[in-house]
Amino acid sequence: MTVRAQGAVQGAVQAAVKTAAEQQLAASWQQAKSRLPGPLLLRATAFERFAAAGLPHRRVEEWKYTDLRALMRDAKPLAGAPDAEAKARARTAGEALASSIEARRIVFVDGAFMPDLSDLHGLEAGLTIGSLAQALAAGDETVTTQVGKTVPSEDVALALNTAFMGDGVVIRIAPGVALARPIALVFFNSGARPAAVFTRSLALIGNGARAMLVESHEGANGADDQVNTALELKVGDDAHVDHIKITGKGAGALHVSTLMAAIGARVRFNEFLFTSGASVVRNQLFVRFEGEGTVAGIRGASLLKGREHADTTLVVEHVARACTSREIFKSVLDGESRSVFQGRITVAPQAQKTDAKMSAHALLLSETAEADSKPELEIYADDVQCGHGSTAGALDQDLLFYLKARGIPAKEAEALLIQAFIGEAVEGLEHAGLRDALIDQVAAWLKARG
Amino acid sequence: MPLLEIKNLHAEVDGRKILNGLDLTVEKGSVHAIMGPNGSGKSTLAHVLAGKDGYEVTEGSVRFDGEDLLALEPDARAANGLFLAFQYPLEIPGVATMTFLRTAINAQRKRRGEAELLVPDFMRRVREAAKHLGIDQDMLRRGVNVGFSGGEKKRNEVLQMALLEPRLCVLDETDSGLDIDALKIVAEGVNRLRAPERAFVVITHYQRLLNHIVPDVVHVLSRGRIVRTGGKELALELEARGYAQYQEEMA
Repeated sequence: MTVRAQGAVQGAVQAAVKTAAEQQLAASWQQAKSRLPGPLLLRATAFERFAAAGLPHRRVEEWKYTDLRALMRDAKPLAGAPDAEAKARARTAGEALASSIEARRIVFVDGAFMPDLSDLHGLEAGLTIGSLAQALAAGDETVTTQVGKTVPSEDVALALNTAFMGDGVVIRIAPGVALARPIALVFFNSGARPAAVFTRSLALIGNGARAMLVESHEGANGADDQVNTALELKVGDDAHVDHIKITGKGAGALHVSTLMAAIGARVRFNEFLFTSGASVVRNQLFVRFEGEGTVAGIRGASLLKGREHADTTLVVEHVARACTSREIFKSVLDGESRSVFQGRITVAPQAQKTDAKMSAHALLLSETAEADSKPELEIYADDVQCGHGSTAGALDQDLLFYLKARGIPAKEAEALLIQAFIGEAVEGLEHAGLRDALIDQVAAWLKARG
Repeated sequence: MPLLEIKNLHAEVDGRKILNGLDLTVEKGSVHAIMGPNGSGKSTLAHVLAGKDGYEVTEGSVRFDGEDLLALEPDARAANGLFLAFQYPLEIPGVATMTFLRTAINAQRKRRGEAELLVPDFMRRVREAAKHLGIDQDMLRRGVNVGFSGGEKKRNEVLQMALLEPRLCVLDETDSGLDIDALKIVAEGVNRLRAPERAFVVITHYQRLLNHIVPDVVHVLSRGRIVRTGGKELALELEARGYAQYQEEMA
């Protein structure tokens, strides 16, 4: 299959696009390609990648547990520009969280950047925030040359994002600039009509800069949106960057997210994924440590119920010396929900003194929930410390008895133990306000569980 | 009315009969010691009283202050004033000791229809009780029993006992794994709680603990039944002669 004549490739293209969703994506491409902003070649190459492979399915190892071909019965039409009503609904989206951490709120409605809903006043010197669509349309070279290059990947969902990306944010932070306030990127799905939303964002963070980005995805309830969102994060040497992604209710009936992060030397980098309330979520992260001496935490917590599905697929590449990374993922599963963790750490031959530890733990609250875990280590250097651990289990009955024997009712005892379980991941957050806000969300989830 | 009245108690674990017609009556204000060899049913008695799953009562009754204890869930038994000090206190990573204590106290108060304890009041009570037991603030901030030594875990059990103010304290082999200094601290903590309205059932294999927590009544448990009852001198006799005669009597 790897070596083919040109004619045969054309045949494969035809063969790969066959399901209703695949055909609708091809039709959307034909309609939209001439009006999408930016260089067509970039998009066309990406679309060809999709056309050759089709939607990823269970025989594609990286997508084994989240079979997009089966999950996507159809492809929704591309989202149009939001109308006044959609914008009105977004007016307070994400406001509670943003104000609890005193963040600068940047709002997107159905994928489109909304400067008039965003807080763009008094930007710190050295900070610029703009629209990706405008940058592509204007031929902004730093954007057109950076897109897709941060951590190159052949992933088909990402290729679809590159082909269809409509808008997103471009954030530039000059070297040495410490942002006074976190930036809250609020992606709101208006639910006006079922739509496909493709957003692509870039954050280019200079040497020695300090920034915290809190990305949240939410929406009007019950919308049948298909969201494909991607963020490229380029972090210069000696920077200190936190990126938090909250995927909540209304984030899309199908929500596929890609993070590409290229991290420089001596950086403090913290990534955190909080997932609760969305139907089907795939968070894929491609993180590459390119400079030595960086210390990173990549963590996540998922609270799932009903038939919710959350897939975290993590590829961490240590290509520089002496970086430390800690990956901790926790999921709590009730009902018939399912969590997937695929984590791969690769250590290149030159990345000596790498210290990487990855763990994934699932707490199953029902007989019908399912947790799949696939940790992998690929180590080509000989002087490293790497490890991984994975567990899945129910609440400890002996611990529950201990709590009940002290007078704590069963439900309250369970809630305490679940909070403690999630705590190990959440406590990795440096920002106390955000940590408290997420702990409150955990408490609310537990309360709703009854 | 006795505080605790156990009549003809039979209990099984995994289909194995452990208690075979146990009778025990405990009056308010008294300290009863239950001694017996390994496997005689001491810990089973403790777990049956506290209501642990997997301990099935097949016959007999337990009345606590006149009420049917066995009909209640473990948390309701605790709120009614029963406290079990565990032989092996568990570690609960991620649940701070202070959170655990406050949750337990307020859950019990709520069930009894009392108002929640205000934070300053709670803090004062904890500080006072902890000081007597040599438990420092750092231990209180950590996860329950996480990283505690055997002695610290037992002191933490006594701290909980002091704060929850139970009417009946069941101490399950509280002396196991303690050196003499730790044993003294724990015993002093227990003795400080002795009161006319409160009773203790002290379960132990060795007489040593009873030098420090002096019982009013000593019972010998063998093969799931009380086979002898006497005063505190009975413990000394057991220490000198061992349990062999009681095991033979049953054989």
